[in-house]
Amino acid sequence: MTRKQKRLSIIGGAMGFLAAATALTFYALGQQTSYFYMPSDALAAQLAPGERIRLGGLVEKGSIVRGQGTEVRFAVTDHEKSITVNYSGILPDLFREEQGVVTHGMFQPDGSFVADSVLAKHDETYMPKEVAESLKEKGLWQEETAQQ
Amino acid sequence: MSVELGHFALVLAFALALVQSVVPLYGARKGSLRLMGVGEPAALCGLVLISIAFAALIAAYVQSDFSVANVWENSHSAKPLIYKLTGVWGNHEGSMLLWVLILAIFGGLVALFGRNLPPTLRANVLAVQGFIAAAFLLFILSTSNPFVRLVPAPIEGRDLNPILQDIGLAVHPPLLYLGYVGFSISFSFAVAALIEGRTDAAWARWVRPWTLAAWMFLTGGIAMGSYWAYYELGWGGFWFWDPVENASFLPWLTGTALLHSAIVMERRSALKIWTVLLAILTFSMSLLGTFLVRSGVLTSVHAFATDPTRGVFILTILILFIGGSLALFAWRASALAPGGLFHPISREGALVLNNLFLTTAAATVLVGTLYPLVLESITGEKISVGAPFFNLTFGPLMVPLLAVVPFGPLLAWKRGDLAGVAQRLFAAFGGALFIVLLVYFFIDGASALAALGTGLAFWLIFGALTDLALKSGVGNVGPGVALRRFAGLPRSVFGTALAHAGLGITLLGIVATTTMQSEHILTVKPGETVEIAGYSLRYEGLQPFTGPNYTENRGRFVLTERGRALGDVVSSKRFYSVRQMPTTEAGIRTIGLSQLYVSLGDEIEDGGIVVHIWWKPLVTLIWLGALAMMAGGAVSLLDRRLRIGAPSRRKRAAQAQPEPAE
Repeated sequence: MTRKQKRLSIIGGAMGFLAAATALTFYALGQQTSYFYMPSDALAAQLAPGERIRLGGLVEKGSIVRGQGTEVRFAVTDHEKSITVNYSGILPDLFREEQGVVTHGMFQPDGSFVADSVLAKHDETYMPKEVAESLKEKGLWQEETAQQ
Repeated sequence: MSVELGHFALVLAFALALVQSVVPLYGARKGSLRLMGVGEPAALCGLVLISIAFAALIAAYVQSDFSVANVWENSHSAKPLIYKLTGVWGNHEGSMLLWVLILAIFGGLVALFGRNLPPTLRANVLAVQGFIAAAFLLFILSTSNPFVRLVPAPIEGRDLNPILQDIGLAVHPPLLYLGYVGFSISFSFAVAALIEGRTDAAWARWVRPWTLAAWMFLTGGIAMGSYWAYYELGWGGFWFWDPVENASFLPWLTGTALLHSAIVMERRSALKIWTVLLAILTFSMSLLGTFLVRSGVLTSVHAFATDPTRGVFILTILILFIGGSLALFAWRASALAPGGLFHPISREGALVLNNLFLTTAAATVLVGTLYPLVLESITGEKISVGAPFFNLTFGPLMVPLLAVVPFGPLLAWKRGDLAGVAQRLFAAFGGALFIVLLVYFFIDGASALAALGTGLAFWLIFGALTDLALKSGVGNVGPGVALRRFAGLPRSVFGTALAHAGLGITLLGIVATTTMQSEHILTVKPGETVEIAGYSLRYEGLQPFTGPNYTENRGRFVLTERGRALGDVVSSKRFYSVRQMPTTEAGIRTIGLSQLYVSLGDEIEDGGIVVHIWWKPLVTLIWLGALAMMAGGAVSLLDRRLRIGAPSRRKRAAQAQPEPAE
């Protein structure tokens, strides 16, 4: 094989890889991304049941209700609308009323929201970034909500 | 006083780094040995000065000098000494100081052990190192100064984030930085090669061991970070495809590619241009990682504080270095003479294939990591790209790569015999196939995917063993001769086998844990028993306990296996009073290679408590495999061939420095 042929075959191979990777990436991005919504946006967006989203906001005061065993129900609010979230499992250490949370899950056909994971902030100076920014956009940001 | 001394030393180090970056470079252009000679003393003095600064900060932490803002924000007088020490880099400013300290150490090592390098190459390498040091020192001095004083001095500090109060902090960041920053050496050599327009034998012989050392540390750092997250966060996961994790994984992927292409360059002097490009890309990924983690564009436990000026500053450094080096590459790469020819079916060809897979995989991880950031800054849409994305893109790229790994070391240089190699791997393939059938038919609940994954893992392990066996002549010569040949094999052969087998071991752990783990989330009351994977855990209730700077409720579980007592598993809910922050300390019991993992949740009214219990089969293999990879790197580093220049005693000592992980 001459140098030129070798180079062409390597470039061809690399292009093949790149094409495969690009195709895979686009396919996966189409399938596997989940959008972030605050409650009022989520309700306005008329999401189809079964579409995975991340729902973020503040845990509404007085809304945490423990059910049977590990089941727990709480409302996520952006002070305009609120959505009740059903979750079964261990809540994060820093899960508290009036604190920012991001939940991953989907709306059920009956309109309820079931989360399979709940994330709260990591430490006392940190609030989930998306929640903080969305609250600021809505003009609902209060420093003490973030600081405590 | 020592704090001001540290600050002053840091300023001096910055000035010196500027000298180091300009004078040797100019000297190399003018051919002046005297000017070029400025590099070494400058690098060594820089190392001393930055060490002084670092020691000053350590002293401030040990003495709990709360007049220093950084100490006040991140320490507390009641904090155990070990966390006062490790807390030095448990914050933004301190960790950047650790970053430049490690950079200075690497620069110092080049100055000390680079005497037999061609003088112009040495001068150029040290100059590039000087540029990097100057940029980051300026960053620290102007936006992240750890020596800022508070007036009046507070009486008590605000304590370190409890999640970081763990022995993991002592190991994970230094190892990770040794890896990240270690790649700066490969980068500096690559840029120096482009400046000179040539690469010679000394170049490749140097780049290979330094890349290997950095790769080894990075492997250890990532594995340690993964284990730390696993036991500390209480979620039982070992990898989350979190952007911060990806930031450390990207240089590992390109670094692994670099490691392999450097072999081709050293042995066959082919792939020169590609190796230089990979060296640049790998350190660019390190810089990108530093940017993602330190700029505050991502929120995570790693982003200690967010300050937009820092982000802009690091972004500038990033663009300057990546853009500058790539522009230099575009301009000068054609000056590098192409090297030896090879047939596609050959060791070189296999290593090229490895590089294609690894760089493509790195590209998909990069897209998955940056796409949400870019999309948000352009359209404002907030999306998240999580584990499913990476499983779908990274997975399909890794599986074929892993499948061809055993072929690589068995192929001959220049022109290989694929059919012959396949024939020699027949036993390994048969063994792996046997494992697939064994798992599929005899282990309850094993899916086809689990069986194939396990088979692939054993294929890697058997392939590595086959390589060793064939190279020592098993089957062709008598056992005595084979044993002697085995003992006489070059250490790099052992290193390769160990690292490839380590990959298989890690894969085995990942497959077993993800496909075969069982978990229960339930509420228990004292006296109740939970059954999992043949073990019984009886909950004995909560007991209060007071630690040095926290209080905790310890949940005790009595573990039995078919009536045989195996002791207690203790999991606790801690509360750190200074930061008013609760944490969960998982209870982990290692049984063989598997682990039982107990995480406590909230207490409920009737005396019960929510618990999450996992049985994680073979989970420890994930990290043991990484240790095997590190050990492979260490063994390879000890290879005679990689010792720089003449194998004199002094040089040998220098190369032997990175000890095996175990």
